[in-house]
Amino acid sequence: MSNATSDNETVHRVSFLDRESVNIPILKVLQADGTVYDNAVLPAIDEVLAHRIYDTCVFTRVLDERMLGAQRQGRISFYMTCTGEEASIIGSTASLDDGDVILAQYREHAAIRYRGFTTEQFMNQLFSNEKDLGKGRQMPIHYGSAELNYQTVSSPLATQIPQATGVGYSFKMQGKRNIAICYFGEGAASEGDFHAGLNMAAVVKSPTIFFCRNNGYAISTPTSEQFCGNGIASRGPGYGIHTIRVDGNDMLAVLAATQQARAYAVENNAPVLIEAMTYRLGAHSSSDDPSGYRSKDEEAKWQQHDPVKRFKLWMINKGWLTEKQDAEMYEKYRKEVLAELKVAEKLPMAMLDTLIEDVYDTPTPRLQQQLKDLKKHLKKYPDSYPNSKGRL
Amino acid sequence: MAEINMLQAINDALSIALESNEKSILFGEDVGHFGGVFRATSGLQAKFGRDRCFNTPLTEQGIAGFANGLASNGMVAIAEIQFADYIFPAIDQIVNETAKFRYRSGNEFNVGGVTFRTPYGGGIAGGHYHSQSPEAYFTQTAGLKVVVPRNAYQAKGLLLASIRDKNPVIFFEPKRLYRANIAEVPDEDYEIELGKAEVVRQGTDITLLAWGAQMEIIENAADMAAKKGISCEIIDLRTLAPWDAETVATSVKKTGRLLINHEAPLTGGFAGEISATIQEECFLHLESPIARVCGLDTPYPLIHEKEYMPDALKTFEAIKATVNF
Ligand SMILES: Cc1ncc(C[n+]2csc(CCOP(=O)(O)OP(=O)(O)O)c2C)c(N)n1
Repeated sequence: MSNATSDNETVHRVSFLDRESVNIPILKVLQADGTVYDNAVLPAIDEVLAHRIYDTCVFTRVLDERMLGAQRQGRISFYMTCTGEEASIIGSTASLDDGDVILAQYREHAAIRYRGFTTEQFMNQLFSNEKDLGKGRQMPIHYGSAELNYQTVSSPLATQIPQATGVGYSFKMQGKRNIAICYFGEGAASEGDFHAGLNMAAVVKSPTIFFCRNNGYAISTPTSEQFCGNGIASRGPGYGIHTIRVDGNDMLAVLAATQQARAYAVENNAPVLIEAMTYRLGAHSSSDDPSGYRSKDEEAKWQQHDPVKRFKLWMINKGWLTEKQDAEMYEKYRKEVLAELKVAEKLPMAMLDTLIEDVYDTPTPRLQQQLKDLKKHLKKYPDSYPNSKGRL
Repeated sequence: MAEINMLQAINDALSIALESNEKSILFGEDVGHFGGVFRATSGLQAKFGRDRCFNTPLTEQGIAGFANGLASNGMVAIAEIQFADYIFPAIDQIVNETAKFRYRSGNEFNVGGVTFRTPYGGGIAGGHYHSQSPEAYFTQTAGLKVVVPRNAYQAKGLLLASIRDKNPVIFFEPKRLYRANIAEVPDEDYEIELGKAEVVRQGTDITLLAWGAQMEIIENAADMAAKKGISCEIIDLRTLAPWDAETVATSVKKTGRLLINHEAPLTGGFAGEISATIQEECFLHLESPIARVCGLDTPYPLIHEKEYMPDALKTFEAIKATVNF
């Protein structure tokens, strides 16, 4: 095996490469008014797919608006929105096979929705009730479903990136024509795990799509204080990874890029890096106030690039959607989310025994003893422990 | 003297540290203009400039390694790890490098100027990634000092002492007290000596020992016990590495009993180390086995947080059981 330098051109004067040496174009298909660029190549999309995508967009918008409100009312403890990044998430997920495994960061609930996570399941997780698939162990927004091939979200950033490399490689070893897709922010791409995951994927040839949502901020830190290179995409070729940069607010561009990325990953057993240029329209989370670090003008400017609106205009232009239908969809989901919210918030928490379950495959004797002692204590003071009162 | 909360006390200490030594530098995720997610560093970038107080890229490994490099070349590095739960990506830099820099080089180089500040602990509905108390991982690493303040007054004095100590320090800040704890804190520069426990309350029947946010819990338990006629001596360990075995042993020799409370899981927790040492030092003075009231051996839960916590009621029950052994 030769090192790449062996067939490079040689020079005899010192000359350095810099940020400008890497010129990365940005794929755009859809214009702000919902028409397509003249010479753009459309992704594979028909009316049925377009509706499934748009339906997910509307649901996600409604969920985000309603649940942020619920957090403000003190009904749930925490929330994070996907607002502004719907095209990045839904356009990419819609390009996958249902057997492909999704490893999300935390802002990608539109992806699990696209796969079929029900409104009721969302509410059960958000209210940590006894029906939550995660057994009420993690904060709101940490969704996961084995049935939907969506691995449960973990809060430490970037840990899922090398894991995705392993998931992708496992498909190759199992002879399946599936891939892993890993979502992460441009902030998380500063973690050591990013390097570890991408370098390994390239070297072991793992069919994995690394999908970076470059949304401008990591909490308060703007990209100018996060990295000095040409975004995240510029790193791909450095690892020997097929790379593309897309307009992350353009549903059709994301769809086109991810469809081809998937085909490439499966055919070549190789990773692909996609950088979606987008903007986090909302706050970082319900605990954050962006007015301390960015201007209203900047936010207003990005409102004009609303990815959901742009896609809606395209559908209307195609004759696939009317304003009236659109309004009805929002109305339907507002009612549905509110109805499910009211049911979920009344359901009790999981039984106390779940406290020691899943630490190991079966609770160790020491854990069983700790639970026994705890129950004895709780029976003595039931009123001090409302979540387990009457539910030991 | 003003009444301020723990965040303001920390901010004040950081400001004094930067002011009093121009070689000190403050950095971490979101600590710059925004002042950190908890606002501990508010206003410091405006005061000291972007070269001395800045946002780093999102990499704890990078932050810790960078701190080591700075300190190895004569600077004072004050680094924030946004949550103690996220100190683990930096563990190699801290455990293998920060802790051993001096030892492995025969003191040719050292990183005594490093301080890592990090919010720790639960009670805030944060689930297992915003609630952990990982102090024991670091107490097992020779070469690190581990410090945990219990209130605003301590936070300022202990943080200034940590930053100026000639050894690297991990400074765990009890985040559930950040805004809740308000105390009289002197405006001036002062330090509280590291490695010294504080006897917070005198008592005769049992010694209660804790640190950080759990101090409030053992004080509440002691009040409950007092109503039953049990007199508790209360000690705040303050520094876990190196820890003040002498003050604890003196107290246990007097009371004959010891209860240790910490929020981290029981198994492998720092209470185990204290128990073993005190048992050696005070064997003939002990009138009952040393009690440990700690977190369960599970990851930190969300909905059963209250059940998991080594709270005042559990401590009260353990005090009674120990005294009536
Ligand atoms: C290892 C680790 N360090 C710090 C944090 C705290 N934290 C949570 S989200 C976040 C910013 C993430 O930014 P980015 O990856 O760009 O994603 P975005 O939120 O912009 O979608 C930080 C610092 C964490 N969760 N994990």
